[in-house]
Amino acid sequence: MLRALAVLLACQLAGEAITRDLELPLPGPVLGLVFLVAILFVLQRWRLVESATIDETSLGKVSNTLLATLGILFVPAGVGVIQELELIEKYGIALGASLLVSTVLTLVVTVWVFVIVSRLVEPKIERKD
Amino acid sequence: METPFALWVYLSATPLLWLTLTVAVWVFADWINQLCGRNPLVHPVMISIVMIALLLVVTRTPYRTYFNGAQFVYFLLGPATVAIAVPLYKNWPTVRRKTLPILAALLAGSTMAIVSAVAVAALWDVPRAVLISLAPKSVTAAVAMSISDNLGGMPALTAVLVAITGVFGAVIVTSLMNAMRMRDYAARGFAAGVAAHGLGTARAFAVDPLAGTFAGIAMGLNAVMSSLLVPLFVRLFLPN
Repeated sequence: MLRALAVLLACQLAGEAITRDLELPLPGPVLGLVFLVAILFVLQRWRLVESATIDETSLGKVSNTLLATLGILFVPAGVGVIQELELIEKYGIALGASLLVSTVLTLVVTVWVFVIVSRLVEPKIERKD
Repeated sequence: METPFALWVYLSATPLLWLTLTVAVWVFADWINQLCGRNPLVHPVMISIVMIALLLVVTRTPYRTYFNGAQFVYFLLGPATVAIAVPLYKNWPTVRRKTLPILAALLAGSTMAIVSAVAVAALWDVPRAVLISLAPKSVTAAVAMSISDNLGGMPALTAVLVAITGVFGAVIVTSLMNAMRMRDYAARGFAAGVAAHGLGTARAFAVDPLAGTFAGIAMGLNAVMSSLLVPLFVRLFLPN
């Protein structure tokens, strides 16, 4: 488990260091994600990992556990609401309306574009149902 | 033996108390969610935030003190983002087959998330700093806060808006997609990740593993895309 955690942290650290140093407009952990995918493909070439069994490795287990408990990670930032009560009281209606409308529109537009472009690219596979 | 008050004064200043509370409240909120048959309307993130916020207000505990303990949980957002590499690697052939839909949906969704959020709020008399704080609301918390901070927004407000967006997206995504008769789980997951970042992703993983993977990819890509689009949008439409 610790080995897996070390891998995740090292990728994040490398990502943070490089994005900061090169002033990339990219969050460090996202670059860390890219590094880890690259590492997994290198390991696959050496036949050390394969996609069918990745979930059984300690990296797979730790990663899937982290992803399954993603919700709690948002609680500390969300509790920050108590610092902004005044703003929220003042602009609550505007903010609420904005979040509501924008989230629905974003979901609808994203899913439509995804499906439409999928059908344009692979018309044969998509026409089953 | 210390008096209860002295003990409280001591404990409330340590990270341990607030860390324990964050985890314990989460376990409780998750249990309630389970009792309600995993109904997304009874969202454990919302329950936890409301309970802890009330407790802090009642005990007059400053957010800083709370965050000293809760930061250990918050910190895991970074490794959790890196961890998306595992489902991404595992589903790589599917992802590659969908490169074009992914890029098109990302560009459309990311733009819509930013433009519609600011446009709707601008119907009211809302200051520029609040509009900027709102623009990255669909991006995962840590990244959204740094975008907001860089452009003159309020990172703490952004964090709250991000959390609310995530909960709201997670609550509505399944019924909205069902109402649209959307059966492509890759597309559904991708939309959840673009619109509602990690909470949309968590919801997508609960519905279908493929949807979860695409949500994770969408969350990662949208973090990158929005880091580029929000500054551009602010320069064009919200000049200083």
